[in-house]
Amino acid sequence: MSNLSKEWAHSSLRGMMLIREFEETADKLSLRGKIPGGIHNSSGQEAVAVGVLSALDPLDVIATTHRSHHHTLAKGFSAREVMAELFTKSTGVSRGRGGSMHLGDFHRGHFGGNGIVGAGVGIAMGAALGIQQRGDAKVSVGFVGDGGVNTGRTWEAINMAVIWKLPLIVIIDNNQYAVETFVDRVTGGGDIAKRGEGFGLPSYTINGQDVVEVNEYTAKARQRALAGEGPTIINALTYRYYGHNVGEKGQYRTQDEILDWKTNRDPIDLFIARATSEGLITDSEVAALRDDVKKEVEDAVDFAEKSPQPDLNSILVDVDSGLLGGK
Amino acid sequence: MTTSTQNQNPTYSEAFQSGVREEIYRNRDIFILGTDLIERGGHFAQVKGIAQEFGFQHVKDSPISEAAMVSAGLGAAMYGLHPIIDLNFIDFSLGAMDEIINQAAKIRFMFGQPVPLVIRATSGTALGGAHHCNSLESLFAHTAGLAVAVPSNAWDVKGLIKTALRSPDPVIFLMHKKLSGVRGEIGDENTLIPFGKARTVKEGKHAAIITYGFTVVTAQKAAVALASEGIDVEIIDLRTLYPLDTDAINSAVQRFGRVVVADEAPMFGSITAEIAATATEANFGSLKGPIVRIGSVRAPISANPGMSEAAIPSVDAMIAAVKKVVAY
Ligand SMILES: Cc1ncc(C[n+]2csc(CCOP(=O)(O)OP(=O)(O)O)c2C)c(N)n1
Ligand SMILES: [Mg+2]
Repeated sequence: MSNLSKEWAHSSLRGMMLIREFEETADKLSLRGKIPGGIHNSSGQEAVAVGVLSALDPLDVIATTHRSHHHTLAKGFSAREVMAELFTKSTGVSRGRGGSMHLGDFHRGHFGGNGIVGAGVGIAMGAALGIQQRGDAKVSVGFVGDGGVNTGRTWEAINMAVIWKLPLIVIIDNNQYAVETFVDRVTGGGDIAKRGEGFGLPSYTINGQDVVEVNEYTAKARQRALAGEGPTIINALTYRYYGHNVGEKGQYRTQDEILDWKTNRDPIDLFIARATSEGLITDSEVAALRDDVKKEVEDAVDFAEKSPQPDLNSILVDVDSGLLGGK
Repeated sequence: MTTSTQNQNPTYSEAFQSGVREEIYRNRDIFILGTDLIERGGHFAQVKGIAQEFGFQHVKDSPISEAAMVSAGLGAAMYGLHPIIDLNFIDFSLGAMDEIINQAAKIRFMFGQPVPLVIRATSGTALGGAHHCNSLESLFAHTAGLAVAVPSNAWDVKGLIKTALRSPDPVIFLMHKKLSGVRGEIGDENTLIPFGKARTVKEGKHAAIITYGFTVVTAQKAAVALASEGIDVEIIDLRTLYPLDTDAINSAVQRFGRVVVADEAPMFGSITAEIAATATEANFGSLKGPIVRIGSVRAPISANPGMSEAAIPSVDAMIAAVKKVVAY
């Protein structure tokens, strides 16, 4: 008997598969010059995104990083609107202005990807303050990378969340590299979660390849936040399969290392194995899901290709509200 | 020893390597601190091979901690070293603004001591969107105590970084990302380019374009098109925005009376406004008409290539500006 529901298993697996299919496709399109400025591929990190977002309410807030396709899709944004944004088309979720790094829609609780490393946690902390001021039953989640945790702004924000007991969850999407820099080379004190202890908030290092574990820890952190007990840090260990940016082929990690993660710790394979053995899903259902996400991504690419470019006359629109003289 | 293949001139990025190498040979107090410098050689290969050649003492890989990176350089400079803090994109300097504008820029005035610090970053509009395309040079030029270098070609990169590495004052060294791979000749180890000396890219008869950085390329294209219509325009590349070569600017205004000042930073409150205002004050009688400025619109840069191109001066806009002053 499994303690997971069939419905949750199916939707989580589909969510991870969608991200994988989306990223593999976007990578190829990017290499073909279809995506201006390239992408930061999140293949390999699906369980962090789906584990976290499946533990949240749709109206909870997230603020994220330069690598955020997976968080955005897991939040329920359609492959169409995300792909169109990567193409910088007017139908994209940020009207084509943002591109890969700046996906967002406040009305759906997505306070944006970010081109500035470490900026997301501060914004999420501010949203958590807003939630607290209003007395809303919501939480706010800030994503940051293993590299981003070395920005001072991240810890200034965490300190505020602690002293004011803000409903904040900090997710360290720890893929162990910041561009070409291995986490241990730049992280004083070793385990990043230990830093959290110093700031006086519960901090856990968990297996970010296990979607169930990520979900459970996030759910616990959410309960704590809703109960007014304050923030939590979850340091989810994961791995990115591709280079930092599209086309990057560095010598900073071995092929063996990459292969080991892909074959022994792939979040999708691991979950399929578990769900199958617990009788939650059949092989043919898995195949059907694969087919389904493939179609969704194909449709998204088609949509993005056919979508119009933004109106070039719109460059002055929304520079300000209009009260400052803008359009 | 550049990494360029034989018979080829070095790139803009390799010119930086070359200048830094030669200066480290002269002065072992120089070191470079930034992210992904040792193996990757920096995001634009601007320091590739330097760690391997000189040792890790001279190239330090840093955590992503811009405020602390600039502080590290500042404190070490006050201690007598000559650091290059590589901020990768100038956009990321915004997380270290106190360290740059309140601290580094003011130390000399407050304590009478040198601050031999170079802050290097790529700058300007390319792909990458609002957080990777800022042109902040006006902000730094506005700040007393800072020098601002804005090279437009390999020769100037090398000559200016060598000067920066002998400067007792903090230097903001801005390299345009769209120029990274552009090849050109470079000077030898004794070729230093003084700060505050503009370069005449091309002499002309009818009008002058005063510019810097990537906009020099735009001006060159415009000049070719204008020549086919019988308009011979001079192009002046400022090379540093502070110190500013006011002699070259005044001379152009006096000789032509028809001047365009151009860059790709937002025009409102920019260095082009400073140049136009001071040149007008000093040379009002020589002007045939107002100095025309072109620059970027007052808006962040979009990730969409069409929108980002539309935000900055096009060759057509440059041609139109020159025709306007020629028509006075
Ligand atoms: C303030 C700032 N500094 C530097 C950069 C350049 N940069 C972009 S992503 C990145 C690495 C980030 O690593 P990490 O936080 O681990 O995230 P990951 O890319 O692994 O998802 C760097 C250095 C930036 N965008 N912003
Ligand atoms: Mg990382």
